[in-house]
Amino acid sequence: MRYSSSVNSSIHDTMQHVSRVAAMGGGPSLRIRGLHKAFGDVRAVDGIDLEVRPGECFGLLGPNGAGKTTTIEICEGLTTPDAGTVELLGRNWQQDANELRQLIGIQLQETQFPEKLTVEEVLRLFRSFYRHGMALDEAIAQAQLEEKRRARVGGLSGGQKQRLAMATALVGDPELLFLDEPTTGLDPQARRHVWDLVERLKQAGRTIILTTHYMEEAEQLCDRVAIMDHGHVIALGTPKELIATVGGEDIVEFAVGLKATAGPSTAFAAKDAANSAQDDNLEGAQGVVDAEALKAIPGVQSHRVDEALHQLSVSELHTAVPRIFAALEEQGLHLSEFRTHSATLEDVFVRLTGRNLRDE
Amino acid sequence: MNRLEFSSLYQLTVTRFKLTLREPEAIFWIFVFPILLALGLGIAFRNRPADVLPVGATTPQLVQALAADKGLRASEMDEAAGARALAAGNILLLAIESGNGVVYRYDDTNPNARIARMIADRAIQVAAGRRDAAEVRNQLVHETGSRYIDFVVPGLLGMNLMGSAMWGLGFAIVDARAKKLLKRMVASPMPRWQYLTAFLLSRLVLLAIEVAVFLGFARVVFGVPFRGPLWQLALVCVLTSLVFSALGLLVASRARTMEAVSGLMNLVMLPMWILSGVFFSASRFPAVIQPVVKALPLTAAIDVLRGNMLQGMPLSQMMTPLAILLAWFALPFAVSLRIFRWR
Repeated sequence: MRYSSSVNSSIHDTMQHVSRVAAMGGGPSLRIRGLHKAFGDVRAVDGIDLEVRPGECFGLLGPNGAGKTTTIEICEGLTTPDAGTVELLGRNWQQDANELRQLIGIQLQETQFPEKLTVEEVLRLFRSFYRHGMALDEAIAQAQLEEKRRARVGGLSGGQKQRLAMATALVGDPELLFLDEPTTGLDPQARRHVWDLVERLKQAGRTIILTTHYMEEAEQLCDRVAIMDHGHVIALGTPKELIATVGGEDIVEFAVGLKATAGPSTAFAAKDAANSAQDDNLEGAQGVVDAEALKAIPGVQSHRVDEALHQLSVSELHTAVPRIFAALEEQGLHLSEFRTHSATLEDVFVRLTGRNLRDE
Repeated sequence: MNRLEFSSLYQLTVTRFKLTLREPEAIFWIFVFPILLALGLGIAFRNRPADVLPVGATTPQLVQALAADKGLRASEMDEAAGARALAAGNILLLAIESGNGVVYRYDDTNPNARIARMIADRAIQVAAGRRDAAEVRNQLVHETGSRYIDFVVPGLLGMNLMGSAMWGLGFAIVDARAKKLLKRMVASPMPRWQYLTAFLLSRLVLLAIEVAVFLGFARVVFGVPFRGPLWQLALVCVLTSLVFSALGLLVASRARTMEAVSGLMNLVMLPMWILSGVFFSASRFPAVIQPVVKALPLTAAIDVLRGNMLQGMPLSQMMTPLAILLAWFALPFAVSLRIFRWR
């Protein structure tokens, strides 16, 4: 990420960071044990254990309905769990609710602030709820809303409204910040702006817990990620660790069709002679890919098919790809699609669940 | 100012006040509408001079005799034309000269026609030479306080206090709930009681303006009397506003959508618009339903307002309606605090 902040403010941020981390006294900022919550027959959260360390940006990643929001709202003291314990900053909601409200900052999904209030008025109102906190100017500056200070909420763009929501979470100068889907529904530019803001908050040493169903977001922002599905945590680790579980650093995706009788594409012209020998077998093959042959290629870690799109996880992409081409040629198949990308958390989710994050 | 800046109750109240003032429709309904209504009713029901009654007669002598009375306007017509004029309602009575006297033709089920019969008879008898046996004089009274406008202003005041308190609270709360703002507020350290108290406080500020404007108008334009102590009138206005704020809170305590709360509001307010004696005396309703009518908060509020403004009664003489009001404040408030949905 790029930063526009000056050297001075970086030093200031670092100093804040040091003092914050020192103030934590070593224990985790958030500890969840055996959390359960059902709504009717739906088990929204079905046995979750998590720990978030001070100064960490922790992401709950999962498709809609995975239980992210229920989990975070239990942590925020807005929903009572059916079973399990939640400990924030060494306190709990049963005994220290008032104290905790002062110490945490919350941004909820889809809060609509009154359209006829100005940015400044909304923040002044929220600031008045906290015993200690930021000066209004600082909160406005952190959310980069200086130009919109006197603008009414009704006239703000989606991204500006979201930054206002984050500013209301920040005015109390919280030790622990909860962001529930901070960029859902924003255009790419507004999303980058919010990411930028979260990066700065991380730099300042705040502990952040965010939910998202965008894997790029989790990869970009989070130190550690818990991937959730159907109320369970199905994977936990740093984005790097999780991606490593896919087996290769890169993903090759391709689709095949029967080889056109008119002749092979120019890319494979050199192998023409070899292929023509197999032309007789082609009718019987029906474009079926021999997965075992592909997996035998050095560097190919795994293979799966999803609606005729084949996915290989691959290390050593540069040597593996020519061999994949060759193998497909040998099987008498021609490629109708071919692409590669670096492995992402999306691929982790696909590997674990067989579904795509955004299917739901 | 600096200490107020950090007082959450002050900020909540100021915010609520600003939001109301920035809603042009609210300003119309709270300030302009009651004045327009009072103006319209004042004009429609103004006290006119006693009506002059139209009558007809068949001879010039009779017309002359009838026209001598200022309460009648007489015109000459033959019997056939008179029958038509009677049927069309153009005249109330036709005096017909017959051989040995006068025949009055009129509809005795029409009160005005009966009055016309009495005046016409008196005029004709006087013209024929009758003398009054006793000396009498008239003393005319057109006193303020007994006019319709005097009756209706306290009614409109009560109705306005009900409407502005209930809409003001009910809509704002359900709107905040529907927009998830309520949930966001309780996720902050804001004390919940302050959120609701801020509504009451900003309501009281608006109330002062609203009542002063409306009653000032009624006083200046119609000369409506204030016979009771003004501080007691103010107290009753505050109590009435609190009662309907509590009722508005109750109505809004569970509803999630504006449609739901609108329906509930109308369900609560409609019976009171009809039964509580805003436009005519509630005592006109049958005796069987009188206990229900009297138990309604708006009836009690209007009774006390009329008692103060028109009769100059002290509050100590109106304990029953005041007790009814207090009950309507305490009960809905307690219930809504228990069942209020914060998210």
